Amino acid sequence: MTVTILPYGERAVLFEVDDTAAAADLARWLKKWAHDAHDTLVTDVVPGARTVLVRCPSPHARSVVELATADYRRGSDDVPVGELIELPVVYDGDDLATVATAIGLSTTEVIERHSSVVYEAAFCGFAPGFCYLTGLDPALHIARRATPRPLVRASSVAIASEYTAVYPTASPGGWHILGHAEATLWDTRREAPALLTPGCRVRFVPQRS
Amino acid sequence: MIEIVSPGPLCTVQDSGRVGLAHIGVARSGAVDRRAYELANRLVGNPVGAAAFEITFGGAVFAVRVACLVAIAGAACPTIVSSGGVTVSPFDLGDQRPVAVPAGSLIAFAAPSDGLRTYLAVRGGLSTTVELGSRSMDMLSGLGGQPLRSGDTIAIGPDPSSTIPTEAAPRSPASTNPIQLWPGPRQQWFERSSVDDLVTSPYVMLPTSNRIGARLSGCPLSRSVATELPSEGMIEGAVQVPADGQPLIFLADHPTTGGYPVIAVVDDADIGRIGQLRPGDAVTFQWARRSVV
Repeated sequence: MTVTILPYGERAVLFEVDDTAAAADLARWLKKWAHDAHDTLVTDVVPGARTVLVRCPSPHARSVVELATADYRRGSDDVPVGELIELPVVYDGDDLATVATAIGLSTTEVIERHSSVVYEAAFCGFAPGFCYLTGLDPALHIARRATPRPLVRASSVAIASEYTAVYPTASPGGWHILGHAEATLWDTRREAPALLTPGCRVRFVPQRS
Repeated sequence: MIEIVSPGPLCTVQDSGRVGLAHIGVARSGAVDRRAYELANRLVGNPVGAAAFEITFGGAVFAVRVACLVAIAGAACPTIVSSGGVTVSPFDLGDQRPVAVPAGSLIAFAAPSDGLRTYLAVRGGLSTTVELGSRSMDMLSGLGGQPLRSGDTIAIGPDPSSTIPTEAAPRSPASTNPIQLWPGPRQQWFERSSVDDLVTSPYVMLPTSNRIGARLSGCPLSRSVATELPSEGMIEGAVQVPADGQPLIFLADHPTTGGYPVIAVVDDADIGRIGQLRPGDAVTFQWARRSVV
């Protein structure tokens, strides 16, 4: 397990690791490290698909963060496990039947495979609160729709490539819609606007429509 | 209360932005030229972080309903303060000192002769709705509402009961130095000759630039690694190179992750200068050196 340190200006550094799960692990460790004793040294910990970006208030703080990662060991006891969030989902999405046909499963099997995994929220992108969840059953890996929809409703549960996600707000979108969650994923009036944040774990719980 | 008679090409409310939310996909946003924004606030005695108007390429007209103290900084626009068609202020607002504006006045901005973004600070700050800790309009995420429109009215916050500076701030001479760059995380993904081209050939600012990023045109930068880059964190000042090889410098409303490699990062002190480039302006770069104390 190697962590490569890549330069990113005077007040940021990019740590590169092997895969998304490794980046999520390192991001949890860095957040705990900052939270425990060094929060004045870290402005933000931003995981990506293979990397973790750390933004710092000063060049000095950045140097300390770079040195501190020498103590990091993947999966060790001091890497916290993320909070588990259970999301009730009604599997009534417009693409459920198409996805089932495309991968040669019944819609019931698609629902079972999608809801039997505990996912990890790896990183955010695309829109505020849009979390890429890792752990999707390889049988459900399917390329994005050829034509994105101009409007996907908020809380739509969708899959694309190796990820699943819940659209936090109504937006255009090219992922396959399997259903919708009952929770509000994004609300700027809440103290924590995003229900899902990098590091948390997610289980989808099928509901009757 | 201040009424927007005309917003000009683009006028928004901005403050120091939303810090520490990039991990949930929210950029800092806030004033693009932070130094100019902070100066305008200091000139009227506002505390750090007070909201001000960011006026893009002049053209804005404001009707002031209550007497207030204002100052501008950033791109120097010819300004007129008038009441009933009569110029009421003996001061040019561009003098970098606070100016008392009587109730019922109009403040009109012409296009700046140089630079792009002008900050109009009002003593007490602009009292608009706070979203995720900031009043800044973020044009990418949609946080902080919409650009201002004719007829919008903006309340002014309580007097900060601070001392009001009386001296004009000295105007620092416009820097003509090249923009300072630090190496970016994916510099190794580019041909060595392209890394050199970035700091030896001039680039021109494109009119498609906005608060998200400054789009440049010039010598295209070629990649030595053709692999697709998995999404990774982006920062203000990152010089990202999309498929066409033309660099794009991220500004305040940048996406928090992106899938094109970052060849270099603009030094923090020069990001405001990028934000003041106008379409057609030329810009040159050089590698920054860490000063030895």
